[in-house]
Amino acid sequence: MTDQVVLQLDRVGKIYPSVPPVTALREVSLTVRAGEFVAVVGPSGSGKTTLLQVMGSLDQPTTGTVRITNLDVAGAPDRRLAALRASRIGFVFQQFFLAEHATLLDNVADGLLYSGVSIRQRRRDAADALTAVGLGSRLGARPTQLSGGQRQRVAIARALVGSPAVVLADEPTGNLDQGTGLAVLDLLEQLHATGTTIVVITHDERVAAHMPRRVEMLDGRVVHDTAKLATGAAT
Amino acid sequence: MSADALAIHRMRFADLARLSVVGIRNRKLRASLSALGIAIGVAAIVAVLGLSSSSQAGLLAEIDRLGTNLLTVADGQTVSGATAELPIAAPGMIARIDAVTAVDDTGTVANVTAYRSPLIPSINSNALAVRATTLSLAHTVGTSMAQGRFLDPATSREPVAVLGAAAAGRMGIDMVYAGERIWLVTASGGQWFYLAGVLQPAALAPEIDSSVLIGFAAAQTYLGFDGHPSQIYLRAHTAQVDAVHALLAATANPEAANQVTVSRPSDALVARAEAEGALNSLFLGLGAVSLLVGAIGVGNVMLIGVLERRSEIGLRRALGATKGHIRSQFLAEAMLLALAGGVVGVTLGASATAGYAHVKHWSTVIPSLAWAGGLAAALLIGAIAGLLPAVRAARLSPTRALWSV
Repeated sequence: MTDQVVLQLDRVGKIYPSVPPVTALREVSLTVRAGEFVAVVGPSGSGKTTLLQVMGSLDQPTTGTVRITNLDVAGAPDRRLAALRASRIGFVFQQFFLAEHATLLDNVADGLLYSGVSIRQRRRDAADALTAVGLGSRLGARPTQLSGGQRQRVAIARALVGSPAVVLADEPTGNLDQGTGLAVLDLLEQLHATGTTIVVITHDERVAAHMPRRVEMLDGRVVHDTAKLATGAAT
Repeated sequence: MSADALAIHRMRFADLARLSVVGIRNRKLRASLSALGIAIGVAAIVAVLGLSSSSQAGLLAEIDRLGTNLLTVADGQTVSGATAELPIAAPGMIARIDAVTAVDDTGTVANVTAYRSPLIPSINSNALAVRATTLSLAHTVGTSMAQGRFLDPATSREPVAVLGAAAAGRMGIDMVYAGERIWLVTASGGQWFYLAGVLQPAALAPEIDSSVLIGFAAAQTYLGFDGHPSQIYLRAHTAQVDAVHALLAATANPEAANQVTVSRPSDALVARAEAEGALNSLFLGLGAVSLLVGAIGVGNVMLIGVLERRSEIGLRRALGATKGHIRSQFLAEAMLLALAGGVVGVTLGASATAGYAHVKHWSTVIPSLAWAGGLAAALLIGAIAGLLPAVRAARLSPTRALWSV
């Protein structure tokens, strides 16, 4: 395991300019290194999802700095952030977001659509990624023919297909029953074992219990980080 | 891992095309309905332009068949406004011009009216003219007999008549039978003329159509005609038509060449063929309105699509699509949709033109301006109609697209 820093948040604040303004993140500092498997856990409204959006460069922080693979997100143009997401960040969502009309292979290949790879290469990589999540025999199937757990595996394959520096998963087991949820967690653990950096957002303590590092959030603050002593960067 | 290794990739054309095809294929019914407006508009424009070109081509082919080497010489007017009669010798003089291959003439027999029978009220003269004619007129003006026979050296001395196509129609004569007669009325009385035949329409000499034709000798004997030709029809060698044209007035009436009217009937027909497009602007306008409605339909469908596909847009942004990628995806989809409408429209318009031209025995002519313009218009409309939806899709914030479903 290298000591490379993948995500670095320094006193990040996020205020939504509604009336009245909503403060979602307060002074969050967090460092994720390559190869880590992190759970961000907290009740709903604690700012977990906002944290994921900021870590994934889908949203800009109001204050503080966010560095993703050493790139400062603040002020970076849209094109640059998009290229960053295309090559270095993989997302997994609670609702899977698969295209129902397309095959599993094409769903996963779309994960590489914006990284300048030829369609032949995209499909080859997609087949490998689907094999890695245990769906190598169903490349031509459609998402509608799959169970929820299998769909989430496809979504994970799509996040992995570009070998990103970090995979950000938002409640990956939220739409699954407990058994399938556990299987998905097992898969994430296997991927972590092969060196993938994974951050999982969850409200479920039992899910978080699977991860070696847990960051607990409440009211937009990090209230506990099991790696706090090691990094010395939490509040 | 350095921050500067990030490359921004433009989407490949094949990927863009694939995305737009998939986007349309997933919503077939809606896509086809919205493309229908554009299809109708393009079809209307292509059909209008195609039909007018085909009819023009048909007319020009007809003119070519009839020949463009027919010239006519008609009596003109004197300075005082009276009719200036052509000299009796004029046809003979014209026939002596080298390049002239055939000459025929007619003389209007003034103050004579023709009726089907003496029982017809004299006011129902049907605007028919009685003309004395030489014997190969039908051949020279490029027409033939519909029924019966033309005048010959024998019948031209007797009270025998041949009817132009329109004249027969107006008199109500649709069949020539032996012994059939018509009643010609002069100032001093009436005279029966036997009917020998009916002519086909003469496109190059429409005045023949509404004429009752009789022989010169018969006109002089029975109707007191003075024998002056009033219209001379002649054919010249095609290459020398202009030269002959220049000589005609002076040859026909050397004493008063300025009182002769020389014309080339095919010129008038060509001008008419070219003017025929003028009526089309109404239909072109209707096509344009249909295109506008089609554009609104495409824009509307694309806007709804953007709302429905929020999560797809958000996902693509998360997968690394730039705003530009999203914009081009939706713009390409709108353009493809409109182009599909355009292709259907061109096909419909072209088949309508081909069908109608076939029925009319014209050759099918679809000007490249019509089909290429139709497709280009469709693409342009797609681009304009898709612009707003595409910009909206690109502006959608990825977090709101993904987390507010």
